[in-house]
Amino acid sequence: MVKLNGKNLTNDELFYGHKACGGCGESLAVRLAMKILGERTFASLPAGCMSAVSFIYPNMAFKTNAIITPFASTGAVAAGVAAGLKALGIENTHSVGFAGDGGTADIGLQALSGAIDRGDNIIYFCNDNEAYMNTGIQKSGLTPFGTKTTTSPAGKNLPGSVTMKKNMFEIVAAHDIAYAATASVGYLEDFMMKVQKAKEVKGTSYIHILAPCPTGWGTATEITIALAKEAVDCGLWYLAEYENGAFKLNKNPKEFSPIENYVKQQGRFKHLKEEDIKTLEAHRDYKWHKMRQNWQV
Amino acid sequence: MSRKFISGNDAVAEGVRLARPHVISAYPITPQTIVVERLSDFCEDGSLNAIYMHVESEHSALAAAMGVSSVGARAFTATSSQGLLYMAENLPYASGARMPIVMMNANRALATPWNIYGDQMDSMFMLNSGWIQVYVEDAQEALDMMIQSYKIAEDPKVLTPFMVNLDGFVLTHTYEVVEIPEQDKVDAYLPPLKLTENVMTLEKPMSLCITAGNNYNMEFKIKQNEEMIESIDVIKSVDASFAEAFGRKYHGLLETINCEDAEVVLITTGSITGTSRMILKELRAQGKKVGLLKLRYLRPFPTEALTEALKHIKVIGVVDKNISFGYEGTIFTNVNSAILQAGLTPKVHNFICGLGGRDVTKDNIREMYEAMLSTAEGNAGEIIQYMNVRCAL
Repeated sequence: MVKLNGKNLTNDELFYGHKACGGCGESLAVRLAMKILGERTFASLPAGCMSAVSFIYPNMAFKTNAIITPFASTGAVAAGVAAGLKALGIENTHSVGFAGDGGTADIGLQALSGAIDRGDNIIYFCNDNEAYMNTGIQKSGLTPFGTKTTTSPAGKNLPGSVTMKKNMFEIVAAHDIAYAATASVGYLEDFMMKVQKAKEVKGTSYIHILAPCPTGWGTATEITIALAKEAVDCGLWYLAEYENGAFKLNKNPKEFSPIENYVKQQGRFKHLKEEDIKTLEAHRDYKWHKMRQNWQV
Repeated sequence: MSRKFISGNDAVAEGVRLARPHVISAYPITPQTIVVERLSDFCEDGSLNAIYMHVESEHSALAAAMGVSSVGARAFTATSSQGLLYMAENLPYASGARMPIVMMNANRALATPWNIYGDQMDSMFMLNSGWIQVYVEDAQEALDMMIQSYKIAEDPKVLTPFMVNLDGFVLTHTYEVVEIPEQDKVDAYLPPLKLTENVMTLEKPMSLCITAGNNYNMEFKIKQNEEMIESIDVIKSVDASFAEAFGRKYHGLLETINCEDAEVVLITTGSITGTSRMILKELRAQGKKVGLLKLRYLRPFPTEALTEALKHIKVIGVVDKNISFGYEGTIFTNVNSAILQAGLTPKVHNFICGLGGRDVTKDNIREMYEAMLSTAEGNAGEIIQYMNVRCAL
């Protein structure tokens, strides 16, 4: 497997001319994934930012085949596409889903679970920007603790979102999926390597990529990549894989960068008090303790 | 050709096998289950070369069928009642995308109160979903419509998903002798699916199920409506060519029996038609000027054929196994609009019956005709009547 980087990656664009916001992490993830997956890709996208910005009649942003699915149905439509192609004898193709955090961890979880259970030959991307951004920044099951969204306001009584982040990667792995990975647009070579791996997998694969959203996070458009890197470096996100029945941490920082530095750059966390940051730290430490203890490092 | 003594559900499965879908995605629900059990058997024993997808819900059943159809493969699903409503958002989705998916629906009551027996409350919810809707009278028609439905849905002029409705239990679980056509005859009649529009291919990549804002949306919808109405011609010609190929015809969108010289006509859908045929014969023998109109298709609605058949009728009675709460039976509403559009002025009755599987007896049908004949003689009767009910109204 050739290690992909900015130099050897193709200049062909398969996702181009969309109307995403400046600094959008999610559209970058889709763009790079499509470059690696190639022209024989059939993309299924549910309701969400990526479908909203790239299928506006008569301007279509996907050069390959692509379809908007019902919100809950990314896994089911992508699986149907794969089954239809197989039945017609059309080979060497990729049926791929690109869903957001809500489209994956909330409304789309059931259809995704069904597809993994059947071992359908699809690659499922969860582009995680940690809230329902397309509808105007509402809390999802992947919104972290202390996030201010339009449905988890921060005020006198609440610190914003009071739930932690649903553990999608391990939920998916618990199906004994063929391949699953987490990634970040802050570590693109790692992400591209994982897309390459998923491309070769027989059965279902899942890549969960953290993708900052300047509009929803209240951040400057030019710090998307740095922020996505810092999320990993401060331990609130992690790079890992699940294959052959085993978990592996791809990056194990000796020392975490301060969570405070990560959150203070973001409007959504501006209100956090010291005790809230301590809650985030405690949850991070608990999570990392378990991962380091039980996973290959 | 062979003959088999089978249930309506078996007949559906036999018809689907003959139609050779590429993929079946379905979720079990009473009283549809035997359809998906038989199809699973056929996939296992190799008599049907299809992929059977064990989806985790009805919502995914139709979503997966949409994925299948989007690449130009033939898709089948089947459901009933709560299952149909659970997949509801995907129905207009599939029809807007012009996907020729075929679905069998076992007509069943809706909760609450919970009830697994037959009425039409489920499919009436979906009249506005953009799907063609046919209601069959017996197991033979069920089998034949599985073949006809693909032929109609896949016609380039139609490209519309198709729902074949069977009365829960009364049709799905009743055994009848059914003729099974030969595979080579069906293959000749229904060639493999070849979609040239609205399909994702490697040769011509497409974006499907796109967004169309207020600049374009209305034109998409009007075109969809116009082409659904135009499908009336295709439905008629497919029924005619089916009769040539297989020797059975269903008279297009509706069948009239003894309507020519009738004064009163009862309009039925589905299995009630069978009972009504017997009563009609009986009343005719008594010299009563009665007729029967079997309404097969509710969408597209056969306004022209219906009003042509009814133009001289004094009293029309519409049988509804459903209620649109706060109003009346849904088919009644539809028939009334057609009558008004044609400038007809008959007296009308709506007979609401069979909810939650309540029997619709021969006596009930007789009562309907008697009510209509009484009205024809100038007596005033309740327009909306509930049949075979115990509670005082």
